[in-house]
Amino acid sequence: MISRNPQLNAEGKLTHLLTLEGLPASVITDILDTAHPFVSVGEREVKKVPLLRGKAIFNLFFENSTRTRTTFEIAAKRLSADVINLNIGASSTSKGETLLDTVDNLVAMNADMFVVRHSQSGAAHLIASHLAATGRPHVHVVNAGDGRHAHPSQGLLDLYTIRHYKRDFRALSVAIVGDVLHSRVARSLIHGLATLGTPDIRVIGPATILPTGIEALGVRRFHDMRAGLAGCDVVVMLRLQSERMRGALLPSTGEFFKHYGLTAEKLALANPDAIVMHPGPMNRGVEIDSPVADGARSVILPQVTFGIAVRMAVMSIIAGN
Amino acid sequence: MSPGNADVRDLPALPDAEAALAELAARMAPAVAHDAAFVGIYSGGAWVAERLAKMLPGDHPVGFIDVAFYRDDYKRSGLKANTRRTELPFDVEGATIVLVDDVLFTGRSVRAAINELFDFGRPDAIELAVLVDRGGRELPIEPTYTGASLAVARDLSIVLSRDADGRLALAIEPATAV
Repeated sequence: MISRNPQLNAEGKLTHLLTLEGLPASVITDILDTAHPFVSVGEREVKKVPLLRGKAIFNLFFENSTRTRTTFEIAAKRLSADVINLNIGASSTSKGETLLDTVDNLVAMNADMFVVRHSQSGAAHLIASHLAATGRPHVHVVNAGDGRHAHPSQGLLDLYTIRHYKRDFRALSVAIVGDVLHSRVARSLIHGLATLGTPDIRVIGPATILPTGIEALGVRRFHDMRAGLAGCDVVVMLRLQSERMRGALLPSTGEFFKHYGLTAEKLALANPDAIVMHPGPMNRGVEIDSPVADGARSVILPQVTFGIAVRMAVMSIIAGN
Repeated sequence: MSPGNADVRDLPALPDAEAALAELAARMAPAVAHDAAFVGIYSGGAWVAERLAKMLPGDHPVGFIDVAFYRDDYKRSGLKANTRRTELPFDVEGATIVLVDDVLFTGRSVRAAINELFDFGRPDAIELAVLVDRGGRELPIEPTYTGASLAVARDLSIVLSRDADGRLALAIEPATAV
C-alpha cells in the first residue's frame, strides 16, 4: 500500500519533514523524545556523534535566514555530516535554472538530504514529490520554511520547549500573539499543539493580521490581549513581519506595541508560572518589551539551544528510515 | 564451543540472574579499583551497574550510556526509538572505568560504548564486566569479569528484566530484528 502522507514511507515511518499537519502524534512524540538525549550531546566536550558520518546535506535557502540555517548547519555537523551551504542568490537559479534542475544536479553530486527554505508555499513538498517520482526515495527533504505555509522544525522546537517546562500538553492554555497571518511558525505550532491534545489554543491580535477561518484549526481568537492572556500557561510572541506586509494592515509599530506588545504588566494577567517564547528574531519595543524578553520567565534562548537538538533528531530519524 | 549451531532444546537451563550477579561481584571484589566508575549500558547493564556499585567495596560513581548514536547498524535499521541520555557524572579524563552490560554477545554494543566514552575524554583504563557471556563474538572484545557463561543459538535472545523489588531475572526469547 502506498502511504498517502508524502512524509511517511510505506511502513509509516518519517522519511521527509514537510509539515506538522497530519503528522501522527506518535511520530511527533518520537521526535521530541529523541531530541532529549541530543540536548546533552551539545553539552559535551566533543559535541559530535557519528550517526550521519559521510552523508552530504545541502542547505538550500532561497530566502534569507541566519538562525535557522545556522542551527541546521550546527545540527548536521554535530551528527558528523558534511554540510554544503548554497548561496542561492549568487547561484544558477539567478541564471534561470529551475528549482528541480538545481535539485537534480545536487543529487548527481550524491546529496543525501536537502534542507529547503523557500518563499513559495509547497517548495519542499515539490522536491520530495519529484524525488519520489524519479525513483530516488533515499534522498530526504526537510522543510525549513515555505512561504506562509509551514515551518515544522520550528514548530517541533516550540513543542519541545513547552514540554520541557510544562510536561503535559493535555492541561495547557497556549496563547499565540501577533502576526499570525504571515506566520508559518504559528501554523506549524497550532497543528502540533492540537495533535498532542492541547485543550486551549488562542490567537491574539488585531483582526487585520489574524487569518480568517483560523477557528477551523480549533483555536479561539482574541482581539483584546488582556482577555486573551488571562490564565494562560504559555505565551508565544510572533515577530511582526513588516517586510511581508502589503498595504495598511497596521497603523504603526508604536500603536501595535501599545495594544499587543508583551509588557510585564500584561504578562501579569497570565498564570504566575507562564513561560514566554519567541521564535526570533525579536523586535524589542514592537512585539515584546525588553524587561520581558530578558526576564525570568523568558525561555527564548533555551528555544535556540533546543532547536539544534530537535533538528538533530529530525535529521537522524529521517536519514535512517 | 560453537554457539551459532546450538539448539534451544539442548540448552542447559539459564543461570539464576541473582546468583550470576553474586558470582560477578565475587570475581570483581579482589580486582576492581576502589575508585573505578561503573558505567552501565542501557537498559540491562544499567541495572547491573547500580547493583554492583552497592555490592562492592569502595566508592564507585555510576554512569549510564545509551549507545544508539554510535551503533554500527544505523544504516540498516535506522535510529531506535526511546533513546536515553548518556549520563556520566564523573570526569572521564583519567578515570578507571568498568563498562557493565547484562549480556555479552557480538561485542558491537561494547565497541560503540567505548567509542562514546572517548568523546568525553581519555580514560586511564576501561574494563568490561558482564552478567552473562553467551558467546558469538563478531569483534575482538573479551570481558574482564563474567558472572556466568553459556552457549545460545544465534536466533535466540537472552533478556534481563527487573521486577518491582529490584530483583533481576533472565529469560530466553526468539530474537527480534534489531
